[in-house]
Amino acid sequence: MSQDDAYEDVVKTRREESFASFESRQKGLLHKVHDVLHGNPALVPLIVLLASIAVFGLLLGSRFFSPFALTLILQQVQIVGIVAAAQSLIILTAGIDLSVGAITVFSSVVMGQFAFRYGIPPSIAVVCGLGFGTLCGALNGLLVSKMKLPPFIVTLGTWQIILASNYLYSRNETIRSQDIEASAPILQFMGTRFEVAGAVFTIGVVFMILLMLGLAWALKNTAWGRHVYAVGDDAEAAALSGVNVHRTLMSVYMLGGLICGFAGWALIGRLGSVSPTSAYEANIESITAVVIGGISLFGGRGSILGALFGALIVGVFSLGLRLLGADAQWTYFFIGVLIIVAVAVDQWIRKVSA
Amino acid sequence: MTEPVLSAKNLTKRYGKVTALDNCDFELYPGEILAVIGDNGAGKSTLIKALSGAVTADEGEIYVEGKQVRFASPNDGREAGIETVYQTLAMSPALSITDNMFMGREIRKKGWMGKLLRQLDRKAMEDFARQKLSDLGLMTIQNISQPVETLSGGQRQGVAVARAAAFGSKVIILDEPTAALGVKESRRVLELIQDVKKRGIPIILISHNMPHVFELADRIHVHRLGRRLCVIDPKEYSMSDAVAFMTGAKEPDGPRAA
Repeated sequence: MSQDDAYEDVVKTRREESFASFESRQKGLLHKVHDVLHGNPALVPLIVLLASIAVFGLLLGSRFFSPFALTLILQQVQIVGIVAAAQSLIILTAGIDLSVGAITVFSSVVMGQFAFRYGIPPSIAVVCGLGFGTLCGALNGLLVSKMKLPPFIVTLGTWQIILASNYLYSRNETIRSQDIEASAPILQFMGTRFEVAGAVFTIGVVFMILLMLGLAWALKNTAWGRHVYAVGDDAEAAALSGVNVHRTLMSVYMLGGLICGFAGWALIGRLGSVSPTSAYEANIESITAVVIGGISLFGGRGSILGALFGALIVGVFSLGLRLLGADAQWTYFFIGVLIIVAVAVDQWIRKVSA
Repeated sequence: MTEPVLSAKNLTKRYGKVTALDNCDFELYPGEILAVIGDNGAGKSTLIKALSGAVTADEGEIYVEGKQVRFASPNDGREAGIETVYQTLAMSPALSITDNMFMGREIRKKGWMGKLLRQLDRKAMEDFARQKLSDLGLMTIQNISQPVETLSGGQRQGVAVARAAAFGSKVIILDEPTAALGVKESRRVLELIQDVKKRGIPIILISHNMPHVFELADRIHVHRLGRRLCVIDPKEYSMSDAVAFMTGAKEPDGPRAA
């Protein structure tokens, strides 16, 4: 090498260095807020939730701000909340599941029909319903992961297939609440109520909260959770760095199906009866909860607790506006506004430097 | 002659009508740095991917220390002790440096939290990652738990190299490791390559940077049109010879020089 090429010599000798650190310069309040939000994506929906509870509480007083009313919200959102947990997992892998509502209702129908049409012991019928949900999830997972079809298309198809099969299989029959109470009370187990100081809870509500907390923990603290994020972020990079993408996707879709099965069980508890026409709105409401909860539809970003807060925000708005005597359409109006605000805030947080 | 650590015979890989590898042979001997050079589209990356398990060749055999292996996934390659830094770096931008370094081989906590609940031992992983980064002189990284997307291109590359160096036990493959790096970081990577070589681990280095290739390599594998054109000794040939071989401006003298 000629003398001119020796420009690298100065860096050839190693000097003692320590990790760089900078005096954090006097940052504006907005920067600090941005920093905190960037690290905790579920914080925005939590703040919105608390703010909306405060606003409705001020407007309505004790009619809204009572243990009874607040826990009523929990009961009203339990189905959507549980389904939103499944939806969040799938959206974190950069997918979407349009069939969650159909799986939920068909699982509940399987539980009911197995117990009443075939006389299978009700507890086994419940297990069959949960298994059926898992199976539907596995079907979605296989089509997405093995056939490499886009999740939107796959679940658009399975949504129709599962829902149609649901009507055909159930012959559009509803199983009445009294019959279930008399001969298969375990189907209504998720609806079991208990009271704590005026607040009314059901097993379904407790299940929803524990499910969300458990999943949030697992996503943060296990290798599986990290893989879910990595697959959603960049599936190819994840595969190259040693993640079994197929297994991760299958586990997510199957777990999603199983959770929908539980949602179906909770649905029987909530309605009392088994109706093949229920839960049709769970699809769009679960996606709404996830989006308001700050989970990116492009995958890999967001916290599952955000989806719980998102579901609760929707619940607070619908109950609050109803108690205010507003037209029900105002609920949808505000939900629409919230969705757009949520995505705008998400974009802002996503920027590394505000 | 000693047995190659990693070798391949007659590797062929076609993508539809495109032939990326055409009966390619390859040998890597213990303790050496083998540079692979070739024009764009010569099939270097496909060769590397076949050797690391990221793609499975249509025909041909791969041997690790004389034993035939079949890699169906990058994990198979990693289990055989072959660690690769891909050109794309293969990192998840939203996850932290630590998460990325340990992707696919996370450390679980000891005790029941790790066994039963599979909880990760974040502290052990972070300490390890910090140690590896400081070995590499990547001191401009401020926070080990910051997401990779907040790093500069060079820092990302550094993290990827640190990951490979930390876990590679038999072979380390570096695909363009200095392409995105500044002068100082490139120098650290080159030093690191020599450090790794001193530990006795052979390295495959793909690079377009002829000065770096000639400074480090013990042998140079010239790749052209999907196969090995020749293997040359950098002490006997000049940089312009190497460029002439890989672009086809000059034919090598023997069937196999060096």
